[in-house]
Amino acid sequence: MQSSDKESIQGDSRRDFLKKSSLITAIALTPSVAVKAAENQADERFAELFEKIPLNITVNNKAYKASIEPRVTLLDYLREELHLTGTKKGCDHGQCGACTVHVNGERVNSCLSLAVMNEGKKITTIEGLANGDELHPMQAAFIKHDGFQCGYCTPGQIMSAVACVNEGHTNSRAEISEYMSGNICRCGAYPNIVDAIVEVSKGGMKA
Amino acid sequence: MINFQYLRTTSTKSALSLLTKDKNSKFLAGGTNLIDLMKRGVTAPEKLIDINHVPLKQIELVGDKIIIGALASNTAVAENALVKEKLPLLSMALNAGASAQLRNVATVGGNMMQRTRCGYFYDTEMPCNKRQPGSGCGAIGGFNRMHAIFGTSDKCIAVHPSDMCVALVALDAVAVLTSAKGERKVLFKDFHRLAGDTPQLDNNLKSDEMIIRLEIPLNNLAKNSNYLKVRDRASYAFALVSVAAALEISNNRISDVRLAMGGVAHKPWRLTASENFLKGKEPSFENFEQAAKLAMTDAKGFGENDFKLQMAPNTIIEALTVAKSKA
Repeated sequence: MQSSDKESIQGDSRRDFLKKSSLITAIALTPSVAVKAAENQADERFAELFEKIPLNITVNNKAYKASIEPRVTLLDYLREELHLTGTKKGCDHGQCGACTVHVNGERVNSCLSLAVMNEGKKITTIEGLANGDELHPMQAAFIKHDGFQCGYCTPGQIMSAVACVNEGHTNSRAEISEYMSGNICRCGAYPNIVDAIVEVSKGGMKA
Repeated sequence: MINFQYLRTTSTKSALSLLTKDKNSKFLAGGTNLIDLMKRGVTAPEKLIDINHVPLKQIELVGDKIIIGALASNTAVAENALVKEKLPLLSMALNAGASAQLRNVATVGGNMMQRTRCGYFYDTEMPCNKRQPGSGCGAIGGFNRMHAIFGTSDKCIAVHPSDMCVALVALDAVAVLTSAKGERKVLFKDFHRLAGDTPQLDNNLKSDEMIIRLEIPLNNLAKNSNYLKVRDRASYAFALVSVAAALEISNNRISDVRLAMGGVAHKPWRLTASENFLKGKEPSFENFEQAAKLAMTDAKGFGENDFKLQMAPNTIIEALTVAKSKA
């Protein structure tokens, strides 16, 4: 998608296709629902099934209003709708922690939360951590201690690390490892990640 | 994920009326298990009723019981000062489960309702009597390293995956359930079921009921409590075997004892015979060994999980030894 014209044409037809295909998929996969709908109050039932839900949400201090299908996860909403692609999709099943964001200041796996469950909540993603060009102390510490290799897990690691410090679970390297266990790093940068967290926790970080 | 209708409610009463209005509807609390199952196509409710705004998050001491609301998060319970002081076993078990991110969202009620992590249950291409009654059990004769050694049936050998529930069954917790007909109380040991001929049923919650709170009687076991979880990695993994052990020791005699195991049965597995054996005896290694032996009386391996027949008694002995040594 090079030009904006092309993008909008492709975007529209893609959306149309998705609309149709999601309808077809639903009929194929939920025969009981679809058959019921066809037999009874078809229009009403389909309207209900594909109903979009209004969503008011604050992401990185910016308020958003949206209308989305209930099945959209917070992760997909952030990445696909708001184009905040810093938050990564790793396993998409709550096993890797790459999608970690803060909801009202607490770390959660955004892949296992529906966007609509976060009505009225304040979300912070990796994009919202720095203060302009000034890195958050945890971001700076990850660079200093080489707390990553490929970098894919890093946004989740940093969001989790900031929460870990705020929670006060940094009394020993073992405690840090335990409370960071929800973030998997396949490159194995764990010792350096712990180094970064130790440094920030000793520096009296403010989130 | 197949789409669904989403409703939000703020009261127990409206939650119950929405639940009973439509057969294929489910409550949505933290969602950490349900949304995962929906993504994998294991379950596909037509309607989700978001109950996160129902005021059921209390953690308080009322008389001689600690009351915990069904929607209190795992973190809120584990980190609660009252729970840490009076029921450290519960706090330890909660912190042994999942990850910090998941515990922030997962609730007490949701933890009780979570489904087994049996690979055959999760894989919709495989037979599973729990997911699709009558389709067979893939784990019997299949990959069953994580599976049950107690109370199994020829229909299902899955285990209940919770750590929290192991502590709760040891602590004589009571689950309070409500429906349009009013409240009823169920002893925690009777909340979950054995698979038997109906492995599709994990527990005795009726289709028109909602879990609203737990009531946990105070005890004198706080000092000598221990939750020991043995797993494939140091953290963030389901139990191969876990043991909740709590002792009350006076004059070198065991005056009260609680023992329960996780990762070994379709429900949190209370070791009543071992408890009865230990009561009134010295907290000695020999007695712990004897209690562990008693616990294994009806154990049965299925091949890949035979190692649990040795790991389970070892874990019981170690859990009791550590519990005893806590000063």
